[in-house]
Amino acid sequence: MNPELTERAFTPTAPYLVGREKVREFARAVLATAPLHHDPEAARAAGFADVVAPPTFPIVIAEATLQQLLAEPDAGIDFSRVVHGDQRFSYSRPIVAGDELTATLRVTSIKTLGGNSMVTSESAMTDAAGAHVVTSISTLVIRGDES
Amino acid sequence: MSLLDGLEIGQIVAERTVHLTRDSLVRYAGASGDFNPIHYRDDVAAQVGLPGVLAHGMLTMGVAVQPVIDWADARGWVSDYQVRFTRPVVVDPALGADLTITAKVAAVDDDAARIDLTVTYGDQTVLGKAQVRVTTLA
Repeated sequence: MNPELTERAFTPTAPYLVGREKVREFARAVLATAPLHHDPEAARAAGFADVVAPPTFPIVIAEATLQQLLAEPDAGIDFSRVVHGDQRFSYSRPIVAGDELTATLRVTSIKTLGGNSMVTSESAMTDAAGAHVVTSISTLVIRGDES
Repeated sequence: MSLLDGLEIGQIVAERTVHLTRDSLVRYAGASGDFNPIHYRDDVAAQVGLPGVLAHGMLTMGVAVQPVIDWADARGWVSDYQVRFTRPVVVDPALGADLTITAKVAAVDDDAARIDLTVTYGDQTVLGKAQVRVTTLA
């Protein structure tokens, strides 16, 4: 692992438009049956502009920043050895259909422990007005060579 | 009634057993865009030394919070959610896998509650430090 990755500035991703049907599709996949995720009227009654994305939805958008990280030529990350260690989503407000989100990646820490590397990164997502919506924080564990 | 009224530390707000099948994994792969073949191909899983096809960690995380959302029932929203992936969930092609989720109140403040999740598969927990912050909707 290249420790200098933590210094690197990554380009913000192209805006991701959150679609109502995508929210519904993702909700079905995580067994999210609450009307807020499927029914615009129920969402409006609760004060939202449109259907609300389930809490783990930002992982769909974070995929683009993960690809940025893996594509760094000097990152030295072999994806077949990667295991997801932990995950967090910290929100300023819920994501709703119609949001246009841009994610900016930052590698916050790289640690080596017993031959494994642990890379923690954050993808901060902002809406079309530039306001923070959610930050996705992931730690990936890259298993070292086994003897 | 507000979400936080009468809520006590240690109170169980939701309990549920969820059945995952290979179909669930394929559906999640499509919805999330995570097409790592260890989540649907036995031969690839065996090749990399896994005990079988595994559920996506993010599927387990996504499913585990649902009982909390149903409990909150539009009186609150999930403002923070974190987990540690501690053990894999092997999904048998015929039998699937059952996850048991227990959601317990860990802390309450002015406008939010912290709900801790225990998620077990067989008799082992698969998520560590699984914490959900539910903030009340004004």
